[in-house]
Amino acid sequence: MIHRRRVNTNLIAGCIITGLTVFIILVGYFWTPFDPAGMDASAINAAPGLPHLLGTDRFGRDTLSRIMQGAGATLRIAFFAVCIGAFAGTLIGGLTGYFGGILDELIMRLSDAVTAFPSVLLALVAVSIVGRGSDKLILVLGVLFIPSFARVVRGEFVKQQHRDYVKNARLMGVKDARIIFVHILPNISAVLLSSIAIGFNNAVLAEASMSFLGLGVAPTESASLGIMLKEAENSLMSAPWQALSAGFSIAILILGFSLISEGLGFNGIRSRTSKRRLRLNAENA
Amino acid sequence: MLYVLKKLGVFLLTLFVISILVFIAFQIIPGDEATNILGAEATPERLEALREQLGLNEPPVTRYFNWLAGFVTGDLGFSRSYNMPVSELLAGKLGITACLTALSFVMVILISFPVGLLLARFAHSVFDRVLMLINQLVMSLPPFFIGIIFTYIFGLVFKLFTPGKFVPLNEDPLRFWGYLIFPALAIALPKSAMVVKLFRGSMVSQFGEDYVRTAFSRGNSRRRVLMHHVVRNALIPVVTFLAFTLVDIVAGSIIIEQVFAIPGIGRLLLSSISGRDLAVVQTITMIIAAIVIAVNNLADLSYKYIDPRVKFR
Repeated sequence: MIHRRRVNTNLIAGCIITGLTVFIILVGYFWTPFDPAGMDASAINAAPGLPHLLGTDRFGRDTLSRIMQGAGATLRIAFFAVCIGAFAGTLIGGLTGYFGGILDELIMRLSDAVTAFPSVLLALVAVSIVGRGSDKLILVLGVLFIPSFARVVRGEFVKQQHRDYVKNARLMGVKDARIIFVHILPNISAVLLSSIAIGFNNAVLAEASMSFLGLGVAPTESASLGIMLKEAENSLMSAPWQALSAGFSIAILILGFSLISEGLGFNGIRSRTSKRRLRLNAENA
Repeated sequence: MLYVLKKLGVFLLTLFVISILVFIAFQIIPGDEATNILGAEATPERLEALREQLGLNEPPVTRYFNWLAGFVTGDLGFSRSYNMPVSELLAGKLGITACLTALSFVMVILISFPVGLLLARFAHSVFDRVLMLINQLVMSLPPFFIGIIFTYIFGLVFKLFTPGKFVPLNEDPLRFWGYLIFPALAIALPKSAMVVKLFRGSMVSQFGEDYVRTAFSRGNSRRRVLMHHVVRNALIPVVTFLAFTLVDIVAGSIIIEQVFAIPGIGRLLLSSISGRDLAVVQTITMIIAAIVIAVNNLADLSYKYIDPRVKFR
């Protein structure tokens, strides 16, 4: 029987969508059709067409240019927030998973409490402490992402602990730090990568939600997809297409990242439930 | 019994820790109730006098335990910015958010179960593929964006409701629910898409099981096998996911209340944080935390009823 390799449509579709959006965003850093901040009094709330492909807002600013810039701001926030979360989360999860002990128990209980909470709510309280601005938003989201990364990485480390290659390395007298980062870490890269994709997914949504609520990026700072959606909501009556272009930009970013994470074999929905099952089964044993 | 006691202990401890965290957060934020009442141009003397009067000059630890003592005995405190007791302030708003959440949750179930069943019945067909593609797209739509689209289509074009004109329940129950349908659906749509995906996947993964083959070999129709045998087993992961969904819906309502100008606890929470109204924020976080923890525990318990093999320690 000929065994045909299954094509990973999710991963391919996700990579194409994300690749295209990242390409457009990168272009937006160097060139936009119009000046994103430039106001054109002759084209206020213009409908999509020529020369403004996606129309203009109530100041006559070109929507396409602003989306290219705004998506860049959104992606930049998501990128650095995920960097903070993934780096600190991997460090904490790796160390606690490898060494175990009371600290492990304590940190996991704490992250249980944090991850059980709706993250929007936590972000709300956190932003009200540190204030608005994209750098502060990066910090808040980054810190909020740490527990979920730590949980995933810890779980993988606990699984890898009893593999022969780890035991062998120990017997050969390899230092703990080297086992953690050189031996185990590359083996969990697939899981880590898909969590990073999910992290991007959540970060884009969080930025959009927070900016939409007026608690994220300050409008004076730069455009962001959340801010654009908020502005579009105000001129919904006269220019409904603005909301569509901002909203679908958010949706496309999220779609790309969610397809990638699924393609990498991490179903965000299923893993959440099956992990609880595993825990219950483990408690039975 | 021991299990319940242990869970109850963890429950109370978590609430205690969260209340301390919120209290500390409010000590760190710049500004307090006094600056908020008097505004930015108040003289230091007047600020000082008001702080003395409000009891803000007492040490933080004393103030925390004063609040805790009140909270435990049922005195939720007094909201300065709304000038009424917190319990009275919340009484009306809590019901609105609860209605929105409940409506949204019911919608998730009503949408996702039939669609999931249908997709599983026609799994891997063209119909299934096309709908799953649409499903994936709906999953990616942020609820507040759907809310804005609904406001435009149903509010401004078809005029099925007046955007921003919320109708209280005691004024006109029919129009109250009519107004809530759209925000509830905005929250429910992406969540239903997730449940559809999970439910369909869970059903399809059962198709290869021995009991399905046995059921077929005994002459059951496809429909009967699906409805009587597969669904029950496929529901196990779905029920737990629904518990998480409920928590997400509560959080989602905070944002959607802004879009539709619904005077629920989400809007109150936002305005109370900016108004530095500690008593209100504390109470709302306590309520949400209690719901979150309770739902999570219920999800754990639900295993026992769906899958009797699971025992608790």
